[in-house]
Amino acid sequence: MRPLVTALGLIAAWEILVWLAGLPPYILPPPSRVGVVLVERFDLLIEQASWTAGEMFLGLVLGLVLGSALAVIFAASAAWRRWALPLVVVSQAIPVIAIAPLLVLWLGYGMASKVAMAALIIFFPVVSSLYDGLRRTDPGWLELARTMDASPRAVLLQIRLPAALPAFASGVRIAAAVAPIGAVIGEWVGASAGLGFLMTQSLARGQTPLAFAALTILCLLGLALYAAADRLARRLVPWHPHQGD
Amino acid sequence: MRSAHIVLDGHVVAENLSLDFAGGRTTCLLGRSGVGKTSLLRHLAGLLPCTEAAGPVAYMAQRDLLLPWLSVLDNVLLGYRLRRDGAQHRAAEPRARALLAEVGLGDRLHDLPHTLSGGMRQRAALARTLCEDRGIVLMDEPFGHLDAVTRLDLQDLAAHLLQGRTVVMVTHDPLEALRLGHEIRVLSGMPFSVGPVIAPPGAVPREPGDPALLALQARLIGELRRLS
Repeated sequence: MRPLVTALGLIAAWEILVWLAGLPPYILPPPSRVGVVLVERFDLLIEQASWTAGEMFLGLVLGLVLGSALAVIFAASAAWRRWALPLVVVSQAIPVIAIAPLLVLWLGYGMASKVAMAALIIFFPVVSSLYDGLRRTDPGWLELARTMDASPRAVLLQIRLPAALPAFASGVRIAAAVAPIGAVIGEWVGASAGLGFLMTQSLARGQTPLAFAALTILCLLGLALYAAADRLARRLVPWHPHQGD
Repeated sequence: MRSAHIVLDGHVVAENLSLDFAGGRTTCLLGRSGVGKTSLLRHLAGLLPCTEAAGPVAYMAQRDLLLPWLSVLDNVLLGYRLRRDGAQHRAAEPRARALLAEVGLGDRLHDLPHTLSGGMRQRAALARTLCEDRGIVLMDEPFGHLDAVTRLDLQDLAAHLLQGRTVVMVTHDPLEALRLGHEIRVLSGMPFSVGPVIAPPGAVPREPGDPALLALQARLIGELRRLS
């Protein structure tokens, strides 16, 4: 409840600041004006938002699936660790955002380049969180499994993977937080639809209030995605104490 | 166990060690912290590098090592789950339920371990160890971190459930060794040597208030102090 009051206070301060400073709406529109645009252009905003939401969601799913698969492969195979793991680590030095124009060049202005961008940007946090979790299994559990004559496969599936779920859950949260960045960057670089596209278009035409309205929807989308991921993460590890509980 | 060398992190813990354990009985290995009791037990379990297990063993560590995502019942059946033998798994389930009832967890079968108290968790671990049904049971200070009364309760329970099994238990608590051990051997020195067999009179679990037991406890404590 209190953070909501703080947010409302900040919005009020913004309104007063614009009014006192006499700023024109194409520089900084007051929240009341943004609200009006939100209502008037609701259909347009929702249509563009559905594109962006689709890109975020598909990118998140793709990144989670590919990242988890690679983490499990690294945990299971020493050869993969030796030949490919250093490469994955070093690849983090590449600013992924710089690849966005290339993705648009290869995959076009449609959804595919944004999905790829979002998947790419969350790929490493997912790999590293799950792989870390798989590596840090309680040695006591592994020894217990050894005295029980468990095969490496059974140990991986029944002990190491479930034991890594808390680490994976934090990876999912990070992924949900950064997936929108990938989608929006992709739209800025080159797109024909989406909230990021709408923002660049309306700013270029001096329709700053519409850009702010798109930004508002984008924030809500990001929050919704994070909340969904957080719920999923909690369901994955019911035995684990959570932050804020 | 014949002519074993136990090395841990470059230190020789034991040299040319030969030990016999009485079949169907409980042998308690008593020694102060750091003497190498746990290493000896891990050697027997085949958990140290370059060692083979002494045979099929069930191992109970100091910590309960219950898997937090499995119910109490599934934890007790962990060995069967890991060996992925469906027929054996099904055959073992009634035994797991019976064991859990015996350790007083018959009404907590489907609860997750984090809902249990420390004593209950250790009882579940005891049930898991016994459910394995192996020839040799190895126990590493299994009740070390429980409060005194819970510890006595669990010792009674363990003595009852371990009847007829070959058990090697290491402990630093002379009273625990005297209550549970058909045979007691004192470990001392660096690398450690194993003292002669001490066989206290009477059936296990022995009463903690028995004057003969307390006299023996005083003697063991004296010995442990002198040896260090």
